[in-house]
Amino acid sequence: MAGKSGAEGGAGIDPMHQFEVQPIIELPTVAGIDTSFTNSSLWMALAVGLASLLMITASRRTAIVPGRMQLMGEMAYSFVANMIKENVGTEGMKYFPFIFSLFMFILFCNMLGMLPYSFTVTSHLIVTFALAATVFLLITGVGFARHGIGFLKLFVPSGIPVVLLPLLVVIEVISYLTRPVSLSVRLFGNMMAGHTMLKIFGGFVVGLGSAGLVPLAIAPFALMVAFTGLELLIAGLQAYVFTILTCIYLNEAIHMDH
Amino acid sequence: MEAEAAKYIGAGIACIALAGAGMAIGTIFGNFLAGALRNPSAAQSQFPNLLLGFALAEATGLFGLIIALILLFVV
Repeated sequence: MAGKSGAEGGAGIDPMHQFEVQPIIELPTVAGIDTSFTNSSLWMALAVGLASLLMITASRRTAIVPGRMQLMGEMAYSFVANMIKENVGTEGMKYFPFIFSLFMFILFCNMLGMLPYSFTVTSHLIVTFALAATVFLLITGVGFARHGIGFLKLFVPSGIPVVLLPLLVVIEVISYLTRPVSLSVRLFGNMMAGHTMLKIFGGFVVGLGSAGLVPLAIAPFALMVAFTGLELLIAGLQAYVFTILTCIYLNEAIHMDH
Repeated sequence: MEAEAAKYIGAGIACIALAGAGMAIGTIFGNFLAGALRNPSAAQSQFPNLLLGFALAEATGLFGLIIALILLFVV
């Protein structure tokens, strides 16, 4: 949520309020799981809907000289396709649909979260962890499917004295297992910290304004605009980083080179 | 000392992680700039690696933030 929205004066800032999940349509609890349609579900559905809409309108009427929508769709496609070709190689194109959907979903969630009064889906650890766990399980599965039990050689670095091996194997296994954690915490932390920061600094500007010190609030307001620009950059960058790390992990699973 | 006070002190100490993240981000961008000025034609091709390094370094600072949040809201 953008910083200025919802802050009632300097004293009443509640920077964490924007992260609250509130039910929009109450639904019964099934087997201990609350199935209510929440604001989180709404923005998740919007992200999927808008991403699909972009790609459908982009590919509906294709021309040799592309129109605006087709150009945007082609740019998104070639961006992810190049990322996979550079990091995984042409074999990685088999996994293009998965990586492309992952990228578009995270990008749209992050960008929609920058709208005032919206809800940032990726600012919740459970969402990012579900994404990262999916990536982790898929890539481990790909590794075992391609190399069988030989995939475990990934944990044994080559050219290392035998004395050091037990220690290094343990470190490699731990670093492999912390991947889903670091992948999810990176996205979650960036989104949550960024939005909290915008909210707190935005509250200062509103507080200065409501205290009658409007001329003093002009420079901080300009800074807030710059910070919002920075947050937009971070939103795109984190989607990129999540995807490229997925590509790097996938490359390791496919080619087994350390 | 009260447990509540210790919690806040711990959360404050966890923010020291920012020092490491700050140094790392400075190192990455400084070295990129130094390399890019020596060989500007190669700079563009290394830009994705720059962003990747930046994101990896920034994440270590965020782990400190997570510890602070856990101390404040969960413990």
